[in-house]
Amino acid sequence: MPVWQELHNELKDYGFTVITVALDKSAEEARPFIEAAAPTHPSLIDTEHLLADLYGIVNVPTVLWIDEHRQIVRPNDVAFGSETFKDLTGIDSTPHLQALRTWVKSGERPLGDADVRRLQAVPTAEEQMARAEFALAWYLHRQGKPAAAERHFVRAGALAPHDFTIRRGSLPIRGLDPMGPAFAEMYTEWAQAGNPFYHPLPVGKPS
Amino acid sequence: MNEHNFTVIDDGRISQVAATVDRARLRLSPAALRTALGWEVKPQGLCKDDRCMPADGLPDLVTAEGIDLAQFAQLLSRPIAMDTEERVAYLGVAAAERAAQLISLEAPDFRLPDLHGALHSLSDYGGKKVLLVAYASW
Repeated sequence: MPVWQELHNELKDYGFTVITVALDKSAEEARPFIEAAAPTHPSLIDTEHLLADLYGIVNVPTVLWIDEHRQIVRPNDVAFGSETFKDLTGIDSTPHLQALRTWVKSGERPLGDADVRRLQAVPTAEEQMARAEFALAWYLHRQGKPAAAERHFVRAGALAPHDFTIRRGSLPIRGLDPMGPAFAEMYTEWAQAGNPFYHPLPVGKPS
Repeated sequence: MNEHNFTVIDDGRISQVAATVDRARLRLSPAALRTALGWEVKPQGLCKDDRCMPADGLPDLVTAEGIDLAQFAQLLSRPIAMDTEERVAYLGVAAAERAAQLISLEAPDFRLPDLHGALHSLSDYGGKKVLLVAYASW
């Protein structure tokens, strides 16, 4: 997306790169976003949601900071590259971006290792079960078995009702509108549960 | 109980093996277990490389009819999704294994294509600070 490309340009001379990953059912879904951004940073496509499984990602956009030694220095967190969605989400993009600039330029980290460990989004057994059901459903769908796939997409969603990558992300695969009634139902349940996983992490050291 | 060709997917790795299906129970022969999942039946339990898991707590895990795949997943605390009608089973990664990786703070590596099909790994960008952004069109 253009906003991440701008950030990449601004900071790339400080030994920094953005890597974007689209959790979409095919490259074609992501293509318009990627072509609009004309990224010079790696811009990848993850049809199987591998990244979600590896990093415990349950919604988008989600960002992580990884340092020169491949260490996670800021865990999985909701963050936007601009204020476009601020009114909708209530999430201010500025503090995260300022902290990121400081870290890239000076190496100053907002969180210590103990805080990062404590704030990591560690998956539950049920969430991993949901990911297995999602993977089976995707396999069946690709085998031309949409009815069988549907059973397992539904089961995955029931196991992880607040996981957008599973419940909303599977709607286009199932031929359903990701803005339609199935999403509205999910959104209502999620909002009633207190918007799980949608509370930005502290930018500074938590007290 | 009938023997069928069954697809077993081990965290993305696909194998076709013979399996017996009895209602919702799926049993693999020791040879099929080795092919699909790399585990062996030994006197001390189920073993892979130099790791063995005693099967004492699960009396139905290994019988003369073979290894019960759901109990095998339970033994390893791995998630399993199964479709006996379509004869496919998918074994995912245990929550504890994912948790241990994240708590170690070492960022798990991955290899994914860009729009042109070129593959990129996180490790290709070692020595740089990385902002990893997951997004989607939906």
